[in-house]
Amino acid sequence: MKPARFHYVRPASIAEAVLLLAEHGEDASILAGGQSLMPVLNMRLSRPRVVVDINRIAKLKGIALADGAVRIGALARHVEVMRSPLIARHLPLIAEAMPNVAHVAVRNRGTFGGSVALADPSAEMPACLLALGGAVVLESTRGRRQVAAEDYFHGLYDTARRPDELLIEALIPPQRPDTLSAFMELSRRHGDFAIAGLACTLRHDAGVIHAPRLVYFGSEPRPVLARTAMAALDGKAWSPATHDAVAAALADDLDPIDNTFGSPAAKLHLQRVVTRRVLDGLPDKARAA
Amino acid sequence: MTAEIKAKLTPLDRPNTYVGRTVSRQGARKAVAGAGQYTDDISLPRMLHAAFVRSPYAHARLTKLDVNAAKTAPGVALVMTGKELAERITAPWLGTLTCFPGMKAAPQYPMVIERACWQGEPVAIVVAQSRALAEDAAELVEIEWQELPAAADKETALDRTTPVIHPDLGDNLAFEKTIGSGDVDAAFKAADIVVEETFRFGRHTAVSLESRAILADYNKPAERLILYTSSQAPHMIQTIYARMLGIPDHNVRIVAPDVGGSFGMKIHSYGDEVATAAASMALGRPVKFIADRLESFVSDIHARENLIKARLAVSRAGDIEAIEIDVLSGAGAYSQYPRTSVFEANQVLTITGGPYRHKHYRAKATVVYMNKVPTSQYRAVGHPIGNSVGESLVDMAAAACGLDPLEIRRRNVMPDDGYPAVTAGGIKVKELSHQKCLAALERRMNYAALRAEQAILRKQGIYRGIGIAAFIKGTAPGPNGYYGIGGAPISLQDACTIRLDPGGGIICAVGVTEQGQGVNTVMGQIAATTLGVPLDQVRVISGDTDATPFGGGTYASRATAIGGEAVLKAAGELRAEILSIAGALLQAPAGSLDIVDGHIVDAGTDRRRISLKEIGRIGHFQLHELPNSVQPRLSVTHRFRLLDDLYILTNGVSGATVDVDTDTGFITLRKAWVVEDCGRIVNPLLADEQVRGGFVQGLGGALYEHCIYDDAAQLVNGTLADYLTPMAGEMPDIDVAHIHTPTSVSELGAKGVGESGTASAPAVVMNAVNDALRPLGARVTEQPMTPEVVLRALGKI
Repeated sequence: MKPARFHYVRPASIAEAVLLLAEHGEDASILAGGQSLMPVLNMRLSRPRVVVDINRIAKLKGIALADGAVRIGALARHVEVMRSPLIARHLPLIAEAMPNVAHVAVRNRGTFGGSVALADPSAEMPACLLALGGAVVLESTRGRRQVAAEDYFHGLYDTARRPDELLIEALIPPQRPDTLSAFMELSRRHGDFAIAGLACTLRHDAGVIHAPRLVYFGSEPRPVLARTAMAALDGKAWSPATHDAVAAALADDLDPIDNTFGSPAAKLHLQRVVTRRVLDGLPDKARAA
Repeated sequence: MTAEIKAKLTPLDRPNTYVGRTVSRQGARKAVAGAGQYTDDISLPRMLHAAFVRSPYAHARLTKLDVNAAKTAPGVALVMTGKELAERITAPWLGTLTCFPGMKAAPQYPMVIERACWQGEPVAIVVAQSRALAEDAAELVEIEWQELPAAADKETALDRTTPVIHPDLGDNLAFEKTIGSGDVDAAFKAADIVVEETFRFGRHTAVSLESRAILADYNKPAERLILYTSSQAPHMIQTIYARMLGIPDHNVRIVAPDVGGSFGMKIHSYGDEVATAAASMALGRPVKFIADRLESFVSDIHARENLIKARLAVSRAGDIEAIEIDVLSGAGAYSQYPRTSVFEANQVLTITGGPYRHKHYRAKATVVYMNKVPTSQYRAVGHPIGNSVGESLVDMAAAACGLDPLEIRRRNVMPDDGYPAVTAGGIKVKELSHQKCLAALERRMNYAALRAEQAILRKQGIYRGIGIAAFIKGTAPGPNGYYGIGGAPISLQDACTIRLDPGGGIICAVGVTEQGQGVNTVMGQIAATTLGVPLDQVRVISGDTDATPFGGGTYASRATAIGGEAVLKAAGELRAEILSIAGALLQAPAGSLDIVDGHIVDAGTDRRRISLKEIGRIGHFQLHELPNSVQPRLSVTHRFRLLDDLYILTNGVSGATVDVDTDTGFITLRKAWVVEDCGRIVNPLLADEQVRGGFVQGLGGALYEHCIYDDAAQLVNGTLADYLTPMAGEMPDIDVAHIHTPTSVSELGAKGVGESGTASAPAVVMNAVNDALRPLGARVTEQPMTPEVVLRALGKI
């Protein structure tokens, strides 16, 4: 289990990095935290000609609030996001989700940008990004562009990022004071990739739910914004009947993948259980808020 | 202490004895500090590294194999094909034992010659300056396959439409065996109540922390082969490699340095390891092969794949009358040499229902070959399966009779005063303690309180399950059982050579081996106690065929029971000789002297006369001080084996509580208890940790671990991302207690302990889960008990 030969380059700036990507395109792999890349290199499942190590690019680091958005630099480690007071205050959904991301050792190295760039279907951060209506900033020698999360996740490890683009940062609107959020996932062992999971945000006014965003992950090739289920929830009051209707509606939104962690039927069932549990728990959360 | 009490004490009961006392494990500090020396830590001058080309198909004919490009790749020293390797060995393996009459097996070459029979079977070895270069070159081996249909399902392995893996065998049947006692048909016909069920056990594997590893160093001019290898049976490996490679045994040295877990998986012959040795012989250079995790999954032995139909007859009052089981066991493509691939089924036959008094029993096993990784011995061979089946049936019977699970066991276990006896499965048993264990478990669990709490929780919608499972475990086998009588080059006895060196140090060389479980510590405790010296005066050597007396190694929970008795006997003889030399020096009868804390003392008063160090000095250097009639040996070898007994059988009972989330199918382990009887315990901490570690390994198979194959016999989850092992976060607190019924077959009185936890965990957790599900009318009968399995049992999907 040794990687095939590759060239290693460590650019010092975004400009250098995107030049390298422009030159090598699909033959290049970007190394951030390495928590997913290193295993696939060692297993020779990925055989890039060039590995571009972005760890020394200072401008990709950090977490900040600016221009009405929380900016999470591509190189922000999961542990930094988890410990960030800014995230705790403005993006409680991410703060709630973060302890579910793998284990301490992985969180110490793994990065927010790496997770979003890879788009593993079971990963927590892509689902949160989509639930929060965030966007990613991509840069290449052709320029910089911003892609909304809704347009970014295309499929299994497939995103809007082009081979010559570097993911610079995620921009996420802060959660409003009247926004409720919740996160739940089911994994066989703590820290495993989820079999079923839900990241959601919604607003409520006098017990009536508005503008829910329900994002399911773990069972689908990509995080899925469950529009039918959302419609079943929008404008309704908390009630077991509503929650059941939302769960039932998932049949139209989800098409679970079949793998060793469970059949599509089991995963759809589990997503419904997660849905009910999250929705059943929200009124208490609302009262506490 | 009165003279009367003192007279009754054995040397093991002496003041300051180490036997029965916790001392910390030798080597633990070293391992934790990262200073251990495992095979991969050894680097030799001119050393090369091996990588393998393996079959990507479960069943395929090799139509082209061109290694020319690989041979000329950078850094490559050798590429050897299966055909070339076949010319370098004396004969292929044949995984049969004569104790299994009628068993069929095909000869197995170390690497594919013209047809691959499982995905992962080695095809060619590539040896280069680094593992990375070897892997680069392995990709240049030009290979073409004609894929053949595979036998992927044990249930259809004997169908006429299923390809026969080895045409010479006629079919895919490896072995059939039926055992029994009493009149089963009549018992079932007359029974008040019959319960029956079909159970499925998934295939899984050992996943030792340190993977298989070998460093072969052949010295051509000396015609000497040294193998550093992560092994639990160095002498057996020596015999096998010597035979296979045509080298006299005494010119083969096996060194097992630190070993990071073995669990039975490292007691077999593996083709890639033979190829590594042959490559070293061809090159006259050291060659290292470390199995990586991906190839471990498709080359380490697998185990446990069984489908069992079972039924039990019970009287209305709750007396178990009869048990019948029909076992279909799924082996791999070959029968693993030298222990075969039929043992698991054999063990299921003999131990199912083993704790109980019923007289009528019939058990049939059918073992079939499939195009999968070969199967063989893995911790607690067969016992997790047999105990799960037997204990599930007993719980079903209890429910049918309206009895509590604890009560039905109390009613039916063999009584503690009823030995010797013979189980319905035909095992002669003695010195067991089922009743004492049940009573102790009830106390430790606070069983009645748990049931009361369970009833309250049910009303709150929490499905708490309480499981009980009795077990027997065959440990420390004797030569009249299987391997010895079966003709295998496997030693059923074990040995100790113990000596006094000039500095007063005791060197204790043993045939049993250390793989992290603390064998060396335990042997040292026995030697130090028997001799009367401080523990730090004893150095234990294991895992080197040049330095230790020939023995069987560590398997079947035998190290303390067999190897420990050899140490006891050898140390006792050395002690007698030391006292006799001391007597000559001190002009005192040897019987008036004793050894305490490293000194010869007057027996009775413990007045110090001369130190052991002085005996060592005089015995090796100042021999003029001894009378001419005294010729010191100061070295003793002793061996020990069982005589007529098949095993030193042990017993115990486990308890567990679980919560089943009936919406998700997730199982939360809350607490586990094990009460077991391994006779005399040498080191309580290490014994407890064996039980705990074993229990966790059993939980792996019960809940998580599963080698999942698709219809083409491809392993689809061969990485640690997809193959789930138990991890600390999900493990319950495990309360361990012991009943002490020493075995009478040895002076030490120790029985095996290393597999008891594994043998019982799957049964007790399955019973706990089903106890939780019983009010819902659901029953889980399949392991691993994944959420999907639970949800299906509940009819939720």
